[in-house]
Amino acid sequence: MQGMTRRSALLTIASLTVALAAAQPARAQAIKVGELNSYKTFPAFLEPYKKGWELALEEINRSGGIGGRKLEVVSREDGGNPGDAVRAAEELLSRENVSLLMGTFASHIGLAVSNLAAQRKVVFVAAEPLTDKIVWENGNRYTFRIRPSTYTQVAMLVPDAAKLKKQRWAIVYPNYEYGQSATASFKKLLGKAQPGVQFVGEQAPALGKIDAGAVVQALADLKPDAIFSSLFGADLQKFVREGNLRGLFKDRPVFNLLAGEPEYLDPLKDETPDGWYVTGYPWNEIKTPAHQKFLAAYRAKWKDYPRLGSIVGYSTLYTVANALKRAGGADTEKVIAAMKGMEMETPIGPIVWRPIDNQSTMGAYVGRLAKKDGKGVMVNWRYADGALFLPSFEEVKAMRKE
Amino acid sequence: MTVLAARNLSKSFGGVQAVRGVSLSVASGELLALIGPNGAGKTTCFNLLNGQLAPDAGEIEFEGRSLRGLAPREIWRLGVGRTFQVTATFGSMTVRENVQMALLSHHRQLSSLFARAAQRHVAAADALLERVGMREQAGRPCAVLAYGDLKRVELAVALANQPRLLLMDEPTAGMAPGERGELMQLAADLARGSGIAVLFTEHDMDVVFAHADRIVVLSDGELIAQGSPQEVRANAAVRAVYLGSHA
Amino acid sequence: MTYSSILIQFLNGLASASSLFLVAAGLSLIFGVTRIVNFAHGSLYMLGMYVAVWLGERIGFWWSVPIAALAVGAFGALVESALLRRLYAAPELLQLLATFALVLVVKDFALWAWGPEDILGPRAPGFTGAVTIAGLQFPEYDLFLIGFGPLVLGALWLLLTRTRWGTLVRAATQDREMASALGVNQKWLFTGVFALGAFLAGLGGALQIPREPATLLIDLSVVSDAFVVVVVGGLGSIGGAFVAAFLIAEIKAFCIGLGLSQFTLVVEFVVMAVVLVIRPWGLFGRMPALARGAGAVEPPLVAPSPAALKALAALLAALALVPVVSGGYTLVLLTDILVFALFAVSLHFIMGPAGLHSFGHAAYFGLGAYGAGLLLLRAGAPMELALLLGPLAGGLGALVFGWFCVRLSGVYLAMLTLAFAQIAWSVVFQWDAFTGGSNGLVGIWPASWLASKAAYYYITLLTCAGGIALLWRMLYAPFGYALRAARDSPLRADAIGLDVRALQWAAFTLAGLAAGMAGALYAFSKGSISPESLSVPRSVDGLVMVLLGGIQTLTGPLWGAALFTWMQDAVARGIDYWRAVIGAVILVLVLAFPQGLTGFLRQRFAP
Repeated sequence: MQGMTRRSALLTIASLTVALAAAQPARAQAIKVGELNSYKTFPAFLEPYKKGWELALEEINRSGGIGGRKLEVVSREDGGNPGDAVRAAEELLSRENVSLLMGTFASHIGLAVSNLAAQRKVVFVAAEPLTDKIVWENGNRYTFRIRPSTYTQVAMLVPDAAKLKKQRWAIVYPNYEYGQSATASFKKLLGKAQPGVQFVGEQAPALGKIDAGAVVQALADLKPDAIFSSLFGADLQKFVREGNLRGLFKDRPVFNLLAGEPEYLDPLKDETPDGWYVTGYPWNEIKTPAHQKFLAAYRAKWKDYPRLGSIVGYSTLYTVANALKRAGGADTEKVIAAMKGMEMETPIGPIVWRPIDNQSTMGAYVGRLAKKDGKGVMVNWRYADGALFLPSFEEVKAMRKE
Repeated sequence: MTVLAARNLSKSFGGVQAVRGVSLSVASGELLALIGPNGAGKTTCFNLLNGQLAPDAGEIEFEGRSLRGLAPREIWRLGVGRTFQVTATFGSMTVRENVQMALLSHHRQLSSLFARAAQRHVAAADALLERVGMREQAGRPCAVLAYGDLKRVELAVALANQPRLLLMDEPTAGMAPGERGELMQLAADLARGSGIAVLFTEHDMDVVFAHADRIVVLSDGELIAQGSPQEVRANAAVRAVYLGSHA
Repeated sequence: MTYSSILIQFLNGLASASSLFLVAAGLSLIFGVTRIVNFAHGSLYMLGMYVAVWLGERIGFWWSVPIAALAVGAFGALVESALLRRLYAAPELLQLLATFALVLVVKDFALWAWGPEDILGPRAPGFTGAVTIAGLQFPEYDLFLIGFGPLVLGALWLLLTRTRWGTLVRAATQDREMASALGVNQKWLFTGVFALGAFLAGLGGALQIPREPATLLIDLSVVSDAFVVVVVGGLGSIGGAFVAAFLIAEIKAFCIGLGLSQFTLVVEFVVMAVVLVIRPWGLFGRMPALARGAGAVEPPLVAPSPAALKALAALLAALALVPVVSGGYTLVLLTDILVFALFAVSLHFIMGPAGLHSFGHAAYFGLGAYGAGLLLLRAGAPMELALLLGPLAGGLGALVFGWFCVRLSGVYLAMLTLAFAQIAWSVVFQWDAFTGGSNGLVGIWPASWLASKAAYYYITLLTCAGGIALLWRMLYAPFGYALRAARDSPLRADAIGLDVRALQWAAFTLAGLAAGMAGALYAFSKGSISPESLSVPRSVDGLVMVLLGGIQTLTGPLWGAALFTWMQDAVARGIDYWRAVIGAVILVLVLAFPQGLTGFLRQRFAP
């Protein structure tokens, strides 16, 4: 008897669920995208990022959404650690019923969510993570990544480095995967481009805790001809100030990944070192129509200038929208198929989503730092198209384990 | 029968000789008081006997067995109970549980992970509490007891492993004068009733002379006199260094 | 290294030592007198930085420094008199929970007031250049700092030895009871000391402006450095803090100078561990008076009433029925809550009944998680076996670290557990080839029969409920009684034959094993594991859960874990300044229920 009651209770619940599910598509037209990021841990990068995708969302829906259906972004704080991020993603998937996921900043969180995406068989468009692993060693068919990775950005700097023909290189990097892989890539690529080059020493301060005076002195002790750095944020600011004070950068070329991004360049103000080779985003000098249009819209909406994060957020959501349009809906397999080889515009140039590794060919700006009116700017810059620097299909095949 | 025998105990701290060549012994059923003016070395001497301190020289034997190198907990296992000058009980436990704790330890049941501790040795604990007159308060938390009652609980705890020797450090310190005699009478009755040797330090001379069978007097780290209360009272050296100051 | 670069690195160390000393001296004073473990000390430092850089733009750097320091000092006085003062009679460590809440509130306040971008101040006027020393460039401002540190030490020394107030501070540091017996107006003394400590923290922060940017991440990194310095020097010892700051700053500078920069990740914690193992009370500390906290004494442990048992059984039954009525996210959240409940209960097991305050319990959680992950990925063990054996890594870690830890007590013990946790963290973080380094391990999923959310929820429920029940049962057993006995009175425990250290060591190991179990369950529920699982914030989460629920109650950690996890989930989703909201909620709870939630309910409804 009891079994019967329970079964009938279950039946009632089941039929209610079916009824609700059936009622849903008739009412709700919106396609939901789940977005998660470490907004409180990296606010300097992620507030502009959020403004970027919010602008894109407005534009997309104003111009008719996805085949007439509204696009909706459900955004979540990921708590700044992989465990909470996975929980947030689970919440987006099972409670909010989002069709796909996008976002994340730190590499380890990106990898954890990418791994979850593969397990749950949903598409994940990684926005910020720079780790090479997310599309290569740990790549999976559900995960796509928009930004040029550590390797790619290092590859963009290497030709200039090789041209200088400097013999002795010292390296400084934040002690975690991004810095480690930037260093490894630089050594590998420069070693290839300039046989016989020497790497005379490395400094690997803990992220956010550089003891800049001591590090600068230790680098000077190595008597390098040039320096390669992948520092950013507060570490970069401390390093630059101490290096300037102690004359480390005098007559010594410095290459610094990311240092031209407004997020990291702007705080340097009058401390900006002259002539550094950097990757970045000279937002006020890019005059392409696509960028002019984006810049005007962004300034109109936010009364602020865009940072690189704004470009990333904006382009990521457009990627999602374009893929959904091409797929004609949110079916995972169709979205994956649609993204393979998908071509699209971004404010900084056209990109292609490579079928082999789900990496976009988004590039970065490469140039030199200079001071102008007490502020840092990029000069002599050029756009380096990611397509030219990404590893070849054969190399990717060897790395991806699928 | 001699229960505790100390021979030629010496201890110094950074060049200061706190105890010098002290020898003493206690027999079962006997109450021995260790007295002396402040700084005479009685606390040091006491802590040598209970294992808290290791002597520089000399030997301590309990029932013919050397106590050298033994930790207090090991000395307790041999059958030595003790009470502290400032009572040391378990504040987050009831009176009964304090005694049960000692009984559990005595029966070597401490590593039991799943038995119900509160149900063990209830009758034995209550019997011990009965002996010190704390049976009625067995269920009260120790943290709320009056000081005199805590002293009684300590006594019950000290008796839990059926010791042959009881070491009491200033047993009546901090108590009202009326209570002092009562507590010492209790200790004396228990000792004589079950043949326990008791060694205690005390600064209240009324208590000492009323209850001790024998008295050992220290001055400047040395033993200057011992004997029955009458003998000690009559001893000229004692009068000079100790009682003289009162007279 | 040439001789001249050795000299420069030595000077670098001195400059860092001065900064470190300022912030550590304040922390040491505060702890010495009030016994508050001030988690918010780094936040005070951060406030000093932001106020100084903000004021500096308006009135110039040199004016901004004293004003910022005074402002932070005033804020400290406010915090003490409006908040902490109400908590001195509460169970131990509750003030720690309150200061943790302050960290959250201050961080969000700074974000709101000064924005997310780092703010690099200008160089200090008058000290903008460098001087040439032994042929090398050295910043003038660093020379100023090198002189300023000893100046502050001297001023503090005069204050403490030549003024009546200073005498009272020293008396209270040595013996709080005696000081209050001397008729010291404790209220004002505590407020004054807290304000002075905050002033020093604010000063330290403000003086850093010419050297580094004001950032929102500085608070926790500074407070952990400061704690290390204070503990190495000996709690309450200002001179000790000075020597320790010098020692640690020089060791760091020379690590970098010798090209061992990776080691800076952990070197201060290694120094602290070594010092504590050799000198259990720091270099210049003294064995603390045996007074066990002024806080409330825990009531006796009573057997759960039939009604309480029924309620727990009903809760268990309700939890078992959840998958029938609700799938999806509810199960994910409940799985997390259960895992953290086991983690919190295991921490309470040693913190409460055993009185061993651990600030590094996440080490065993993380080791269990990595144990399981590595067995699965590196050894190719089946998932079931990895889940079963992984926690042993947590137990083993606790066995080794615990042996050292139980030789200490109080805050020293807490800091040694923290040091070991940091050492374990740095090994996991650095050992790329084996543990996956900073990225951690991915692809740790349950076997197919456990892959569904419901199935995994059931195995988690079963394991966590079983683990919690076992730990609780042990507390009612002679072993648990012996732990409480050893905590209540080590002297008496020893005198009735209890081997206090052995008992505590066993408890530490058991708790590590249970935390490891929680960690292994966590790893498989997330599919990945990263070094964050054994980091300080995870340990702090555990502390917060235990204290929030009520350290002197058995079920408290359970409710604390549930509330805190749920709050993080629910508040973070809907509110921008969620950290401040969580902080505020904790503050309200702490003030309203100083005994913890469960403690409050018990007091309220006990017969």
